Amino acid sequence: MPHIQLTDVSKSYPPSRRGGTPVTAVDGVSVSIERGDVYGVIGYSGAGKSTLVRLINGLEPVTAGSIEVDGVDITTLPAGELRRVRQGIGMIFQRFNLLRSRTIRGNVAYPLEVVGMPRAERAARVDELLRFVGLEEKADAYPEQLSGGQQQRVGIARALAASPSILLADEATSALDPETTDEVLDLLARVNRELGVTIVVITHEMDVIARIAAKVAVMDRGRVVESGDTYDVFTRPKTDTAKRFVRTVVRALPDGDALQALRARHEGRLFTISFTDTGASDARVFAALARAGVDFQLVHGGVDDIQGRVYGLLTIAVRGDADAVATALAGVGGGVHVQEVHA
Amino acid sequence: MNDLIAQVSGLLPALVEQTGITLWLVALSLLFGGTAGLVVGTALYVTRKGGVLQQPVVFWILNVLVNTFRPIPFIIFLAAMQPIARLVIGTGIGNEMIVFSISIAATFGIARIVEQNLVSVEPGVIEAARAMGAGPWRIIRTVILPEAFGPLILGFTFAIVALIDMSAVAGIVGGDGLGDYALSYGFRQFEPVVTWSALVIIIIITQAVQAVGNVLSRLVLRR
Repeated sequence: MPHIQLTDVSKSYPPSRRGGTPVTAVDGVSVSIERGDVYGVIGYSGAGKSTLVRLINGLEPVTAGSIEVDGVDITTLPAGELRRVRQGIGMIFQRFNLLRSRTIRGNVAYPLEVVGMPRAERAARVDELLRFVGLEEKADAYPEQLSGGQQQRVGIARALAASPSILLADEATSALDPETTDEVLDLLARVNRELGVTIVVITHEMDVIARIAAKVAVMDRGRVVESGDTYDVFTRPKTDTAKRFVRTVVRALPDGDALQALRARHEGRLFTISFTDTGASDARVFAALARAGVDFQLVHGGVDDIQGRVYGLLTIAVRGDADAVATALAGVGGGVHVQEVHA
Repeated sequence: MNDLIAQVSGLLPALVEQTGITLWLVALSLLFGGTAGLVVGTALYVTRKGGVLQQPVVFWILNVLVNTFRPIPFIIFLAAMQPIARLVIGTGIGNEMIVFSISIAATFGIARIVEQNLVSVEPGVIEAARAMGAGPWRIIRTVILPEAFGPLILGFTFAIVALIDMSAVAGIVGGDGLGDYALSYGFRQFEPVVTWSALVIIIIITQAVQAVGNVLSRLVLRR
């Protein structure tokens, strides 16, 4: 049984003006998230991903479809029971949303008060959580005295306080600088690894997905247009939306002006060589070309690390007679895909 | 100059007594009107569209009530309240009557101030509390009111000054206090020193209230 199962879920809002058309934020989405997954949802702003994540914990009611969490359809639960389900689903936010009227300790204790944990146990649990996120010395500070990254770590500690089995991260790193983003992503990966928490990551940044999500769904105008293993989506994106996102992190094929510039600068024929982690490597490709005795030069692309697996996408300029080039390229080995580029 | 000092010191016992009455009128009105205003203002905020206890009908009724009664000039409101005061508290004159009327007028005024203070609460923190499984009453008690505490202090400071203002017309219905004293014994008896003495005390009280309010809100807001 999947941990979270969305089936034909839609969400539309009534028109803002009388006589207007309703706005459909989520349109017939089905997603299945297994226990212990880190599941990424990526899309541009307005793609419906923030609405989607709010449907999972029932902050917004669905218009149609069903959402099962641990096999229970939450879309039909009465308010009181829905609140109990939410106590088992942590959530972190882009703007952290810490209570300014409470200290860090008070913020982390909040969900424990909600679930009715006795005061004495609460204090011990808060200390444990602050240790986990490395902020025990900030326990008595107020949120505004902390940096963005620290505030988000408090947000994570607070979200984990009631020992949820699911953590929803809504653009959790979008307000942070790259260095702090890494720190928060590392912490999320640790939450998943050490506590076995299923994490749903909503983001518009593809490198966030590449860093921590094993599976990804690409959203565009309320629909999931592509989904699957992150590595597969990165190496073989099918839709234009996915391709555009992949290009932001994977050094992609040259096109348009970039290709013209390469053409003008380099003699010989241009080839792109792509390989996945099926035993191929850039070193092996280069060695094979060198052995064949052709003159080649790497002109574009590189090798990326996606979920700890390599993905190479290299463009080379090759000079030499046609037969030698053909032989050389034939010798690069299995798992490597070669294609000539025509400007 | 010596005459003036002698005259003012002769007024002192009466001034002290009337100051005490003004403070008492304001304190009682603040207790009743402030509490009711806090309740109605919070109700306005939580029942509005998107509020944690969204109730369009309740919101509409409260909103119409507040909009109807709040702009009425207090001196007319006071006169109009007389039959109602007779019914509810058994008298249409005196200090009880003025406290009753200020409390009701203040309820509507303070309700609007409270509502505006609560709007300053970031919707995100309310959403966070909902995501943690908190119910609407808990959110009002532990998120909305504490998060708006600093602005609320400033709002109530403003309200207290308005209550002092309202209490000045107590004389119309036979009430006492500095306002009545200034009008009855100063203005109508051509004794500007009396009027000015009462005025100075009112200025001192309002300044003190404002200063305390500013300090408290700054403490709460930590800036």
